[in-house]
Amino acid sequence: MGNKQTVFTAEQLDAYQDCTFFTRKEILRLFHRYRDLAPQLVPLDYTDRPAVTLPYELIGSMPELKDNPFRQRIAEVFSADGDGNMTLDDFLDMFSVLSEMAPRDLKAYYAFKIYDFNNDDYICKSDLEKTVNKLTRNELTPEEVRLVCEKVIYEADADNDGKLSLEDFQRMIVRAPDFLSTFHIRI
Amino acid sequence: KNKEEEESEGEDSCTQQSRASGRKSCQRENGDGKKAREEGSRQRERGKKAPTKDQKESENKEKKTKKEGKEGEDKRKADRTNSTSSASSNSSDEESLSEEELAMLMEEVEQKKKLISTMRNKPWRMVKKLSVLREAQAFVEKFEGALGKGKGKKLYAYKMMMAKKWVKFKRDFDNFKTQCIPWEMKIKEVESHFGSSVASYFIFLRWMYGVNLVLFGLIFGLVIIPEVLMGMPYGSMPRKTVPRAEQATAMDFSVLWDFEGYIKYSALFYGYYNNQRTIGWLKYRLPMAYFMVGISVFGYSLMVVIRSMARNANESTADGDDDNFVFSWKMFTSWDYLIGNPETADNKFASITTSFKESIVDEQESNKDENIHLRRFLRVLANVLIICCLCGSGYLIYFVVKRSQTFSKMQNAGWYERNEVEIVMSLLGMFCPPLFETIAALENYHPRIGLKWQLGRIFALFLGNLYTFLLALMDDVNEKLAEEDVVKNITHWTLLGHHNSSVENGSSATPPPLDPADVPRGPCWETTVGIEFVRLTVSDILVTYITILVGDFVRACFVRFVNYCWCWDLEAGFPSYAEFDISGNVLGLVFNQGMIWMGSFYAPGLVGINVLRLLTSMYFQCWAVMSSNVPHERVFKASKSNNFYMGLLLLILFLSLLPVAYTIMSLPPSFDCGPFSGKKRMYEVIQETIELDFPLFVAKIFSYVANPGLIIPAILLMVLAIYYLNAVAEAYQRANAELKKKMQMQREEEKNKRNNKASTNPVLQDLEDLLTPSPKSESHPKKAEGK
Repeated sequence: MGNKQTVFTAEQLDAYQDCTFFTRKEILRLFHRYRDLAPQLVPLDYTDRPAVTLPYELIGSMPELKDNPFRQRIAEVFSADGDGNMTLDDFLDMFSVLSEMAPRDLKAYYAFKIYDFNNDDYICKSDLEKTVNKLTRNELTPEEVRLVCEKVIYEADADNDGKLSLEDFQRMIVRAPDFLSTFHIRI
Repeated sequence: KNKEEEESEGEDSCTQQSRASGRKSCQRENGDGKKAREEGSRQRERGKKAPTKDQKESENKEKKTKKEGKEGEDKRKADRTNSTSSASSNSSDEESLSEEELAMLMEEVEQKKKLISTMRNKPWRMVKKLSVLREAQAFVEKFEGALGKGKGKKLYAYKMMMAKKWVKFKRDFDNFKTQCIPWEMKIKEVESHFGSSVASYFIFLRWMYGVNLVLFGLIFGLVIIPEVLMGMPYGSMPRKTVPRAEQATAMDFSVLWDFEGYIKYSALFYGYYNNQRTIGWLKYRLPMAYFMVGISVFGYSLMVVIRSMARNANESTADGDDDNFVFSWKMFTSWDYLIGNPETADNKFASITTSFKESIVDEQESNKDENIHLRRFLRVLANVLIICCLCGSGYLIYFVVKRSQTFSKMQNAGWYERNEVEIVMSLLGMFCPPLFETIAALENYHPRIGLKWQLGRIFALFLGNLYTFLLALMDDVNEKLAEEDVVKNITHWTLLGHHNSSVENGSSATPPPLDPADVPRGPCWETTVGIEFVRLTVSDILVTYITILVGDFVRACFVRFVNYCWCWDLEAGFPSYAEFDISGNVLGLVFNQGMIWMGSFYAPGLVGINVLRLLTSMYFQCWAVMSSNVPHERVFKASKSNNFYMGLLLLILFLSLLPVAYTIMSLPPSFDCGPFSGKKRMYEVIQETIELDFPLFVAKIFSYVANPGLIIPAILLMVLAIYYLNAVAEAYQRANAELKKKMQMQREEEKNKRNNKASTNPVLQDLEDLLTPSPKSESHPKKAEGK
């Protein structure tokens, strides 16, 4: 368990351990996963913090994400430029929030941002429609989709503005029994 | 607005600070004034404070500027190098800080430390987290030293150093622990193909493996190894030697398979152990160790299960049967992010679509007029049938165990007669659960509730079987105890006879000892019990593996290869590929563990066998699942099923503790085998150790504590405490329900108000809105006008 790695300085690794839920070994493993996406773009030495960004196409092709209907939104939420192009920091952040150890509130905050397709800090009807269509691959009729969205707003909208705010969403999702186990990616 | 305030206050502080040293720092602070909103509020506070302090302490300029300098740096989080220089220059001037300054500083430091420890929970970007972390760490490091001035400086510094070392040690230990966790990639593969519910079984299996490994370490290290290394060697004593009569067949495979022969007289079983009070040069007290290890096996398991339950209970604060959020939860929590395989994803899409369609239909349908009486009758009928099955299986086992006793007396019992008990129990375990499922079709419950009933019934089946088996075993034990008296006499007279004859023949003072193989042996009932449990476990293992092989793998091969030349589509219709039976497998694991707990006191090697079993199970089942199973079509989870299985495990733990405790307390140990031979009761070893090994007053203390006059009030007190805690918990639950109802009512009210408002006369609405203006109603007149 010596300091045989030359990718990060010891301080960098400690800082990452403080800012994510990962241990030293997992951070290094994640770095190598990131690097494997584009070995020619990502240097092996991160001690001087190079500004390397990988395009969304590479991130979205990872085996953990490629079958997820929300992978584009996930990448957009965690990327700095909002287009899905991620640096190593964003990459670590993403998997830290989606890991087993992240608490419910943190996951609820990011889940809200993921399902908010138009980034207006509210999950409105159009966001809900997009979610349902992604979940069912457009197999439901428009009438059924409308019904589902109306039901969701009826159930969860507590301040009655016709859309879900962060508080509404958090109140609803925090009590869901399956949320922690489904909003989880193991890497 | 905030930024302007910041800058103006920056200038204020600048003018005040310009009185003292540090014009450089003033300019720096001004530059750093453009910061985040949270710092702005603190800025405002500080700006207000400074003038008043100015008035208060106008004499002590130096002190004040130093304080201001420190506060300014607190709240602005300025650059590290510059602030160190100014701080050091300031602190070198002053020796003591006033009390309130010290307290404030300490509070700041504590806040920063808390921020550092919860940094990973903050919903910020990584870049921001890293920079905030760096600044907070710099601040803490700088001011911790300063805080240590004055009295107790050395102690404070030492405490800080120990705290830092402790944090580092914990981090290294956590790193080490995660490195030790095995099979992470295997579980991930299963998860990505089958979803999180199937993987939860494997995670449970891995956890059981860990627990069993610890138990094995305890038993192996504290009981088996000392006896083997330091105790009397094999063959030197009657209990450690195969008797003359059995020696001819002791190496036969069939005998070894039944755990007789050489295996019976090895360290695997209770009978091998010597009752010498201390063994070896270490004076290791083996009987005491054996007893304490037996108790600590239960104690450790209890602690581990309860800790796991508490952790699960913390996470699942919701009640899964809440009907308020059906659609919302379906929308936001139905996609399993663990899926990493296109086939599984297809399956998941299909099941989500079906689930939405079903919910929509349920929503639109009016309440069907159910025939309640018919339903009730059917449910009662189903329960009656199942109780009949349970009784039938219990009686069957009792009958078979009784029969096996007569078989064991027979000379040439065939293979079937010898293993009849195990075969019958395994077959019952295999065929009754599907039978229960078919009967349960009568009941027509919601799938989630139906699953709970099914699990409860299987649990009752296994429990009934196990306890019937135990009862029958108890009969066997009592018989053996009766036999023992007879043998004891025989042994005594044989030894006496041998002694006399040797004295007659030779003139040597010490007679040659009787060969251990020739000494008449008592029927060691503990070893018999141990052997029974080991055989039961082994047959259970075999049946499980064969079921998986045949039921999953052969079936999959058949469906895959014979499908080409078969009349109907084997893959779509019957039999098709098997789905992984999560609950069946988990229950099997739980019951297997119960048997281990029961048998480990009488067969120390049993836990080792179980460790091997779990290890091979992991690889075998992972392979079987990946090669022959398909993901579930209908995916719903029994909510809080994690805690449900833990609860079962806890129940089994208590139920398996009972027989062991009973035998320890009330049955006399065999006279010639095991570590407690020669005593009247097994627990006497404790009294013996206290009397002989501890100083006198300890024995007195124990005798006072064991007084019934003390124990009964203690038990009463505990009962009262349980009652009180129960009452408190109920009160909290009621308060919780009230709050929920209130929230619900409020929501309904607001919804009704909105709905009502939308349908009233627009003119009246305008009037109303003009009279009572509110942000919401301001939008309504516009809407009304828009109409």
